[in-house]
Amino acid sequence: MVQYTSPRLDASFAAISDATRRGVLEQLGRADASITDLAETFHMTLTGMRKHVLVLEQADLVTTEKVGRVRTCRLSRRRLDEETEWIERYRRPWDARFEELDDVVEELKRKEQVDERNTRK
Amino acid sequence: MNAIRESEPTPVTNRTTVERKSEREVVVTRTFNGPARIVFEAWTKPELIKRWWVPKSMGMTLLSCDMDVRVGGTYRFVFDQDASEPMAFFGKYIEVTPYSRLVWTNEESDDGAVTTVTFEEQGGKTLLAMRELYPSKEALDAAGTGAAEATVETFAQLDELLVTLSAGAGPS
Repeated sequence: MVQYTSPRLDASFAAISDATRRGVLEQLGRADASITDLAETFHMTLTGMRKHVLVLEQADLVTTEKVGRVRTCRLSRRRLDEETEWIERYRRPWDARFEELDDVVEELKRKEQVDERNTRK
Repeated sequence: MNAIRESEPTPVTNRTTVERKSEREVVVTRTFNGPARIVFEAWTKPELIKRWWVPKSMGMTLLSCDMDVRVGGTYRFVFDQDASEPMAFFGKYIEVTPYSRLVWTNEESDDGAVTTVTFEEQGGKTLLAMRELYPSKEALDAAGTGAAEATVETFAQLDELLVTLSAGAGPS
């Protein structure tokens, strides 16, 4: 399992520690929904559901968009972001190594050129 | 800093790309501005590998580096990381084809990868591809953290290195 130690991950765990919020994620996995729809499905007040959605939003698990009077909730693209983040984590140390390797290659090339000139003399 | 970079004749840095080919395999590619024989040399001589394998940005130092680069030969790198026990990275070479291909195993745990590095020369430049095949998806997932984590923590050092490189780059 990938080990993340980011504050964002802590926020994710906190967000999914609640049964209602896990239910909301499941529901949104099936289809986008408005806060009103979610409140009805989970037999909650609008204010109560807004709070849950806010927690999910802060953990980057859900995004919301307000069009007119309706706020629509959907699952965030976070999973994709994690993949990108993994690639970047893998890439960065290699990129740092290769920048150093560039210097070694440059030096060996110069040395070879000098040797060649000396041989020709 | 931008102004300095623009006025200095900084050589163009080639891009390192990473692609997950499958659940267990990742491929890192990069072009180097030199012939394959030189790039291969830099991967197979301990005194040269020492100079680039552990950049300062990794927050580690290379204590020792033993390499017996031939089929069946072993390698062992020992690193020192602040506030922790020295860490060894070891395995053996299973294929050594001068200037074109190197394959080695990594044996410090059951999650070690088999690494294949190919060097392909084109017009005086070398396209390097490094494939790492892990025993499981979980092993590859975990490999994305580890050493890379140290890099994130010491990102400031990387910035410093980049400044040094861009200021001191070019023929000396």
